[in-house]
Amino acid sequence: MYTLAALNKTDTRQNCDAYQDAMISLMKENHGIVHIDCDLMNCIHTERLKNAFPDRVFNAGIAEENAMGVASGMAATGLVPFVHTFGVFASRRILDQAYLSSGLSCLPVHVIGSDPGITAAFNGATHMTFEDCGIYMTIPNAVVLDPADYAQTFALTKKLADVPELSYMRLIRRTFKPVYEDGSDFEIGKGVLLKKGTDAVIIASGIMVCNALEAQAKLQGEGISVSVIDMHTWKPLDEELVLQEAVRTGCAVTAENHQIDCGLGSAVANLLIGKYPVPLERIGNHCRYGKAGPQDLLEKDYQMTADDIIAAVHKAIVRKQG
Amino acid sequence: MGELIQELNELAAEIRLETLRIIASFGNGHIGGCMSIADALAVLYGDVMNYDPADPKKKDRDWCVLSKGHAGPALYAALGLKGYFPVKSAYHLNEFNSQFPSHTDRTLTPGVDLTTGSLGQGISEAAGAALGNRLQGIDSYIYVLVGDGEADEGEVWEAAQFAAHYKLDHLIALVDENGRQLDGTVEEVMSHGKGLHAKFEAFGWNVIEVADGNNTAEIRDALLKAKQESGSPTALILHTVKGKGVSIVEASGVHSAKPTPEEWKIMLEAAERKLADVRSRKGGIK
Repeated sequence: MYTLAALNKTDTRQNCDAYQDAMISLMKENHGIVHIDCDLMNCIHTERLKNAFPDRVFNAGIAEENAMGVASGMAATGLVPFVHTFGVFASRRILDQAYLSSGLSCLPVHVIGSDPGITAAFNGATHMTFEDCGIYMTIPNAVVLDPADYAQTFALTKKLADVPELSYMRLIRRTFKPVYEDGSDFEIGKGVLLKKGTDAVIIASGIMVCNALEAQAKLQGEGISVSVIDMHTWKPLDEELVLQEAVRTGCAVTAENHQIDCGLGSAVANLLIGKYPVPLERIGNHCRYGKAGPQDLLEKDYQMTADDIIAAVHKAIVRKQG
Repeated sequence: MGELIQELNELAAEIRLETLRIIASFGNGHIGGCMSIADALAVLYGDVMNYDPADPKKKDRDWCVLSKGHAGPALYAALGLKGYFPVKSAYHLNEFNSQFPSHTDRTLTPGVDLTTGSLGQGISEAAGAALGNRLQGIDSYIYVLVGDGEADEGEVWEAAQFAAHYKLDHLIALVDENGRQLDGTVEEVMSHGKGLHAKFEAFGWNVIEVADGNNTAEIRDALLKAKQESGSPTALILHTVKGKGVSIVEASGVHSAKPTPEEWKIMLEAAERKLADVRSRKGGIK
């Protein structure tokens, strides 16, 4: 169950604290949970966790490959490790360790990659990942999540502790506009149908859910009725919900803070091409490297705004009618 | 003591023979890197380690992590001889759906504690296991076999600094310094600066040299010393011979050997003779 926040509502909390709140709650309940960080504790406020559970929070230093291997070894002794670093390092740098030490070994580790996509902002190209989820989606059975806001990050983090597979969750660090009220609950692998329309479906996740909702409201003003799905879980994809809305509306638009060729847009394309081909437009990074800048300008530069989504909906509808 | 060493030598000879039989079932493999660690495995499984083949996952067991995962057949020989499974069942190396891939996989083979093969990963996993056990109050040791070629990998040194930082004194690395890697000698391909002893020491480990890393008595003494250490992990530098006991491979030093049928016959017969020879000495050592 969830409650949508009012469109104009703001949040003063930093989003990374949702992870810490959830972990503090989890670690109280489950003594097997441990957190390993890679010299980025200060970036996501892990010191709160460290103060609460000094014996179960470890700094592995700036050595991500080893952190992943250590976590897998700890999982082999029966513990439930969470590992955090920036998304770039959590994916590109440690793919082999994630794939073998955890994935192939059937030793669940929950990897948290912070600063996804344009939210890395001024950290720039070296620290901006648009392919992290795609990398994890290549690993058999891995679970891949892109939460939208504080309430969803909190709820999904709590659910991760019971996931018996390797998982990867993106973590927005900064203050972000709330989509949901606190206390909202979500199920991994189940998308959320936020709006039900008739002309197109927008499938979004992460920071793009806000933009999708803004686009939906504006389109409604134009007399265009769209569905909006918050697809916080990219893998396993909620195929049933995508197909249901594709069948009902006849065209789809995906919106992601990620490369469209290896992310949500491609997962949806893979599904539709096999099961129910309809016109599909994809909003996100079109295979470009990252760069430094304020998030709002980056959003425009990578064509990820609500207006870009609106244009894509128009295009999809024209193709459907054509 | 003499009797124990005799037993360990016999086990080492059995491990060598069974390793060859296992690799022969496929036709080729990493004979050299298996033979160099046969004596270390004999000491671990014949004396030093606490384990129960009937309960491979028992909580307080000692772990053996083959970070140089390509030596899987030698570990299978040791596990088979000690009763984890009939050793003959491992004569299906790399067969379709076999439980015995040449690189060790914890999900396939009873007694294999961690999955290895991508070099460098095993020592990180072993450090995690040592930390995980300590956190849960389990007083067991993690033995990890690391190759000298493998030590080219940066992850080995990330793991080394982690283990020292967290004072993982129940982590004991057996470094198989056989001096050779796939493309040639370690000196030619990628040398270790001031040496592996100096490197581990610089990373905060206790280091024990084992002058003859194919001598069971020396390995055992070093392992018992390592278990006395507290406050830091220990690395044993085992000076070994790649292919030890298999003259054709000793001479060539190759990483992955593909012997002819005639060569297989010579190697297997020599290993059988060696085992018979060791057995004939029973009771002779005091």
